[in-house]
Amino acid sequence: MGLLKFVLWRVAFGILTLFVVSVVVFALTQALPSDPARAILGRDATPASLAAKRVELGFDKPAVEQYTDWLGGLLTGDPGRSFVNGEPIMDFLGDRIKNSLFLMVVAAVVSIPLSIVVGSYAALRRDKTFDSSTSVVTLVLASMPDFVIGALLIVLFATNVAHVVPATVRIRPGSAPWSDLKGIILPVAVLTLAVVPYVARVMRASMIEVLESDYVEMARLKGVPERTVLWRHAMPNAIGPTLQVIALNVAYLAGGVIVVESLFNYTGIGLALRDAVREVNLPVVQFLAMFIAAIYVVTNLLADVGTILVTPRLRTRLT
Amino acid sequence: MPVLVIDGLRVDVAGDGPDIVDEVNLEIAPGEVVGLVGESGSGKTTVGLAVLGHARKGVRVVQGSVSINGREMLTLKPQQLRQARGDLVSYVPQDPSTALNPALRIGKQLMEVLEYHDFGGSDQARRDRVDEVMAEVLLPSSRHFLRRYPHQLSGGQQQRVGLAMAFACRPAVIVLDEPTTGLDVSTQAHVLETVRDLCRRHGVAALYVTHDLAVVANLADRVAVMYAGRVVESGPTTSLFDNPAHPYSRHLIAAAPDITGQRATVGLAGRAPSPGRRPVGCAFAPRCELATEECTTAFPPVVEVAAGHEVRCVRPWTVPARTEAGPVSLPGPTAPADATLVVQSVSASYVGHRVVQDIDLHVGKGECLALVGESGSGKTTLSRAIGGLHHEWKGQILLAGVPLAHSARDRSVDQRMKIQYVFQNPYSSLNPRRTVGDSVARPLMIAGASKAEAADAVGEMLSRVSLTGAYAHRYPDQLSGGERQRVAIARALVSRPDLLVCDEVTSALDVLVQAAIVELLADLQRDLGLSMLFVTHNLPLVRSIAQRVAVMAAGHIVELDTTVQVLSEPKEEYTRRLLEDTPQVPVYE
Amino acid sequence: MTVLDEPILLADPAETAASPRGMWRTALGLWRTRVGLGLLAGLVALAVIGPWLAPYGETEFVGTPNLRDVEGATLGTDYFGQDVLSRFLYGGRSILVLAVLSTALALVSGVTIGLVAAYSRGLVDNVLMRLMDINLAFPQLLLALVALTTIGPKAWVIVLVVGFTTMPRIARVTRGAAVPVVERDFVSAAQALGESRFRILRSEILPNVSGPLLVEANLRLTYSIAIIAALGFLGFATSVNAANWGLMIQENKGAVSVQPWGMILPGLAIALLTVGTGLVGDGLARAAAGIDRKKAT
Repeated sequence: MGLLKFVLWRVAFGILTLFVVSVVVFALTQALPSDPARAILGRDATPASLAAKRVELGFDKPAVEQYTDWLGGLLTGDPGRSFVNGEPIMDFLGDRIKNSLFLMVVAAVVSIPLSIVVGSYAALRRDKTFDSSTSVVTLVLASMPDFVIGALLIVLFATNVAHVVPATVRIRPGSAPWSDLKGIILPVAVLTLAVVPYVARVMRASMIEVLESDYVEMARLKGVPERTVLWRHAMPNAIGPTLQVIALNVAYLAGGVIVVESLFNYTGIGLALRDAVREVNLPVVQFLAMFIAAIYVVTNLLADVGTILVTPRLRTRLT
Repeated sequence: MPVLVIDGLRVDVAGDGPDIVDEVNLEIAPGEVVGLVGESGSGKTTVGLAVLGHARKGVRVVQGSVSINGREMLTLKPQQLRQARGDLVSYVPQDPSTALNPALRIGKQLMEVLEYHDFGGSDQARRDRVDEVMAEVLLPSSRHFLRRYPHQLSGGQQQRVGLAMAFACRPAVIVLDEPTTGLDVSTQAHVLETVRDLCRRHGVAALYVTHDLAVVANLADRVAVMYAGRVVESGPTTSLFDNPAHPYSRHLIAAAPDITGQRATVGLAGRAPSPGRRPVGCAFAPRCELATEECTTAFPPVVEVAAGHEVRCVRPWTVPARTEAGPVSLPGPTAPADATLVVQSVSASYVGHRVVQDIDLHVGKGECLALVGESGSGKTTLSRAIGGLHHEWKGQILLAGVPLAHSARDRSVDQRMKIQYVFQNPYSSLNPRRTVGDSVARPLMIAGASKAEAADAVGEMLSRVSLTGAYAHRYPDQLSGGERQRVAIARALVSRPDLLVCDEVTSALDVLVQAAIVELLADLQRDLGLSMLFVTHNLPLVRSIAQRVAVMAAGHIVELDTTVQVLSEPKEEYTRRLLEDTPQVPVYE
Repeated sequence: MTVLDEPILLADPAETAASPRGMWRTALGLWRTRVGLGLLAGLVALAVIGPWLAPYGETEFVGTPNLRDVEGATLGTDYFGQDVLSRFLYGGRSILVLAVLSTALALVSGVTIGLVAAYSRGLVDNVLMRLMDINLAFPQLLLALVALTTIGPKAWVIVLVVGFTTMPRIARVTRGAAVPVVERDFVSAAQALGESRFRILRSEILPNVSGPLLVEANLRLTYSIAIIAALGFLGFATSVNAANWGLMIQENKGAVSVQPWGMILPGLAIALLTVGTGLVGDGLARAAAGIDRKKAT
């Protein structure tokens, strides 16, 4: 199997995954007990106007046709209109997607290198002070839900104890996501504290395994300097298994923003999703569910391909 | 003038732990190969690594000296040690498949050694040296080959790359740690040939660490025998094999299978004590039939019994009676008409890949047929098909004239009880969550026995395999490898089978235990009138147990005849080569 | 990697078997396990008997909202004028019960799937694990939100969704631990004796993966608590007015500078509860790894 063939196979599986996700999301929304037309028009709507609204929304059609219409719309870049204000979804979510992606990218850029450094260093200083103290800190942080970390950070740094950073983020509609850099310190901190412990622990374990391997011992017995043992012999072998976990955590960021945005009133897709869920705004919920699932599928695909590229044993089997 | 001198070496478990090895003295001259022989746990690898000034995690060199060309290795600063390793003294690892870095091309791993020791002074000189050393280990040095990753090489090639790395800087001393374990005999023979040749040619002093007596008998100039962390005997190879002075050495030699059948293999009960559990005095005393009170007071001093032949025993050269065995005697083969098992044109595949081709054989009543072959010959697949564990086969397998279903689950309870299987690795064939008693009783429970009946049968069977009934309440991890294999044999025999399939049952065991298990199986077979299919890669071993031998290669039976015939006058070229490549322990009188 | 060629059995071998019992025994020797169990015991007790200790009702109005000094309300009032302490004492029970139930559901289904996949290999394994991969593509919180939108904020929905999304993670770990066990010869020995598939899974394989599963179950319980608390935080507790530590943080975060207790108390409680389970899990994992290491050398 060639590398290209593997990638194609992996993409096909990703598409299949997204297809199943779309079916499940659609099926779930079909189970809705309340009538969206009434939810939109309010209690005093006449039966005639309700019926007209249903036709307008396509609810009179058979479920399969509704599904294909929706899927077709998604694929052609027209995910429909919001139930609440009738606006096209892309119009009012466009900026929010940008904001959320910005938050995720900043969090990923901060947390991934940090976790690799912390994890590797802990492995090198195994059972010494740095290792045992980071092990406790990462364990505690990894156990706590992100919004609790956030809540405690707000109490500590934004309000009661010290007031050094704002507790909410203010990005005016239409302005760039980086217009309130001070504001995103805490959200990024929360996401980083949620990701780093996990990835760092995996990196540490992977690095320790590699450092105890026969080939690292062999490199030392060959008289290779310790620095080279580390960078040439240990690191490339330790990073491979960690890639998968990094991907899982980047995908996790996509879900994590829901809570973090809600905590800091950050106008992104997370806040939009929470509001859409409360308002039973189906098209928005459906679209965001697909969007977040797509991020998951893409990051995992990249991690799989990345793992193959950094692991000669897998790479050469394909070429 | 020796180039390597080890003097009074002692290595402890770090932090006031017990000693792992102690009082080790060895000297090796340029061009000389010294074999360091010992069972697992004897501390031989620890000594080997100490020569490179290395101690593994949790282990510490506490006493003694290792000097190479007059340079003390144990007190070198990290920087000096780094320079000495790979250049002055190098190491060939046990398992090249894990000791070569999977993420680096082999050319890079070779060049690296030369670069860090600034060999030759220029890149061109180093590239030339890579070409040269690759030729020396009989590997191509084409760019294409050097760009391969370790996993793209065969096991033999990987080990040759290991040798090339070790010889690259022309070291004075080289430590080889069981470098041929896991290789087929023909590959092993070639690797050993290369080692011998390179050491002689370049005057390299080699310490060859191994558990395999036959290998050192053919390779080494001198041999040192280790037991429980001490060198108990050392001397010139011929002197030591002709006249072993230590009872342990005698037992080791007596346990090595003899292909001529002039002496039966003899095992020895018990196991070497691990660090921290070693008795005062000679550690071998508890297992030694010659031990006197004197042996338990102090570790005996060195006695020189011949020129350069030293032993640490108070009664050197007293021959333990148990090591004196007569020639192998086995009942003759039985008529095919009486066959317990008949295999008729069986072909087996592994995920669509044909690995066994059209095999016909039979195992007579009360007969032991050995199925011998190198890894990949298909012998295990065939035996698993017979045991109902491999389902992808066609042809016919008959037990007492009745065709067997492919899967054990589709066979009748009686058929399942009549064929029993003993697995290769006793460390994996017993469920660690079950007591020995439960494991052994299980076949009877399936056959519908009551708990009380089963318990009685278990007790009886455990004593048959030389274990006591008390073992029934133990868990496998409380047992040694040999004891576990006895339990596995008891489990196989408890349902009174007609046919016992033994799949490489001794390959995970040390030589003394291997001999004891073979003795036990031969006795049981005779006493119970068992038919046995004995699958192994170890050709000399079959002499002690099988009446007939089937030699398998590439899925075919190459040769099938009586053991004596096959081992003394092989008809086929393949068998002849196999015999030639198999190292032998010389028979002494 | 071996220090010696053979294991040094300094400890009693009977104690080194990586059985759940042996793991607990080793784990209890570690400070983190003991601290974790202490935290866990305290918070579970608080969550379970808290409602009986509460001075006021769960939704009882006691005074002006967001005050720190209110007569009779030790820690003041919350955003709605309810007693902070009473809300806090009521707010843990549902989280705990739902988390335990969903973890149990995930454990039973995930372990079954993982064992079957590992033992069957081939097509069954592939199909099952690909299904689990697809399941993993739903972020847990997201699927929970979608389900709660459409079916409504009912307790069984939360248990079902959290259990269902936790299942593939447990299935993966189970399969990972079981594959090497399946390859061991004692499983072949059982097959050769013609043991049933069910018996092989239950008696041969399951007991040999129970160690890693114990660690995994603990980890998943930690995450289930986190998810269920997060659902409360996002406003999806089982009933709208019921007290819930997650919800309390959301309700009171606006007034945190004047009345921090409404946020600090539930925040700390969730943190200590999850850290407690986390510490116990880590203790168990260390015990298992220590045992494995001893066995491997």
